[in-house]
Amino acid sequence: MLIRRVRFVQPPASEITPRPLAESRRLFLGQLAAGALSVSGLPVALSAEGSSRSLSATLNPTYTAKDKPTRFDDASTYNNFYEFGMDKADPAMYAGSLKTRPWAVRIDGEIKKPLTLDLDALLKLAPLEERLYRLRCVEGWSMAIPWIGYSLAELIRKVEPTGNAKFIEFSSLADPAQMRGVNSRVLDWPYVEGLRLDEANHPLTLLCLGMYGQVLPNQNGAPVRLVVPWKYGFKSAKSIVRIRFTEQQPRTAWGRAAPEEYGFYSNVNPEVSHPRWSQATERRIGEDGLFTRKRKTLMFNGYPEVGSLYAGMDLKKFF
Amino acid sequence: MQMLLPQRLRHVKLALFAAALSPLLHVVYLGVQDRLGANPIEFVTRASGDWALYFLCFTLTITPLRRFTGMNGLLKLRRMLGLYTFFYACLHVVCFLWFDHFFDVEAMWRDVLKRPFITVGFAAFVLLLPLAATSPDRIRRWLGRRWAVLHQLIYLIAVLAVLHFWWMRAGKNNLADPLLFGAVIALLLGYRLVDRWHAYQASHRPD
Repeated sequence: MLIRRVRFVQPPASEITPRPLAESRRLFLGQLAAGALSVSGLPVALSAEGSSRSLSATLNPTYTAKDKPTRFDDASTYNNFYEFGMDKADPAMYAGSLKTRPWAVRIDGEIKKPLTLDLDALLKLAPLEERLYRLRCVEGWSMAIPWIGYSLAELIRKVEPTGNAKFIEFSSLADPAQMRGVNSRVLDWPYVEGLRLDEANHPLTLLCLGMYGQVLPNQNGAPVRLVVPWKYGFKSAKSIVRIRFTEQQPRTAWGRAAPEEYGFYSNVNPEVSHPRWSQATERRIGEDGLFTRKRKTLMFNGYPEVGSLYAGMDLKKFF
Repeated sequence: MQMLLPQRLRHVKLALFAAALSPLLHVVYLGVQDRLGANPIEFVTRASGDWALYFLCFTLTITPLRRFTGMNGLLKLRRMLGLYTFFYACLHVVCFLWFDHFFDVEAMWRDVLKRPFITVGFAAFVLLLPLAATSPDRIRRWLGRRWAVLHQLIYLIAVLAVLHFWWMRAGKNNLADPLLFGAVIALLLGYRLVDRWHAYQASHRPD
């Protein structure tokens, strides 16, 4: 709102939490969470030593981009997560109300083994890998983030899709009690995203449970999200509660809101501009500053190996 | 306070000048402290755009406010508010040219022509130019009645500014702010319409 934006420009000094205090509060909350967890049995993947938020994983060199990782502070305070508000600062401010345990992900649709997995089951489903991916937002900025997770293909294999499964639909949690933004009618909740089955099976497609050596911060889509690095960021659904295999192409939240602006594929493509702006260049958060030109956006965000998925397709038409 | 005394007016103007400059100083202060957030350029672009819109509203508020309060001295502050609208609009355009296109004028033109929200915003800015240029007293006197006619352009500029803001946000359905801004402008322009309608009726009333 107009009025709130003015306040955001200059919060009164009394409202700014001193950094050490903020950090100790974070630690305290972490310890609180750890205490709660230890009662229900600490999940194996959460390491016992160090911060209870830490999540250990093995670095996957194949999927470690050469880019300099974006600062954690930037990656965790500049977010688009409309369930918590439309300002980039809103998710970090308001996602604390999200309860990530217990958590259940229902997996159903065109599969032989429908099931519901809780967070511990997801954490144990496959060995956790750390991968540094570029993230390109449709708005023209980008980051490089060390995610933790495993290829979604691991999960797909376990549930055995039927011959009818052509697409996967991902639904995010939409609980107005925990997510203040869901009260607004900006999108038709819940947030729904989708992939073609072969896209979902591509090894780059990551089922993500952490970043920067920790479990996901709430504002980044905790406790489980998707990361599809060759597509614009909004394709990577956050806080997933349902994974449904379908024969028909899913009707995505943004596709319903503005079909001429957000296509189903939404592959990063410098040649195909958004109606409101060019996608030829991008600004890397924390690097491209006031005195540098924006950098060129790469086809498929610099992941040419996915090109074969779209052989013969007119990517201007299927944007 | 029907008429501001010259001495008093000077103080009020000085205070207003400083207050109107403070949003810029604040952004500079945050910039020096590295507190402009993860995307400083977006922050600066949006702040300058926001403040251009706010000052446009302030400028348009003078006439109704003067009417309601009877404080005619307010009129003497309108030019400064108008020039600050222009000032923040200039900063906004510089942000666009500098940060978005790194002074690549050709790329900027392509953007202006290709994207309606930029076309509209740029048109609003261009229309502000003659208003700013004709603000000195001497030019104003020289223009006489034509000055007032010319400065009615501000109504068109206000409509274009609402459209620019609304269109920019429409891509992400984030319309709360543009709606609020649009409502304020509609109120301010609506007041003038009603006012003129009354004046028209009064002058055409049969005896």
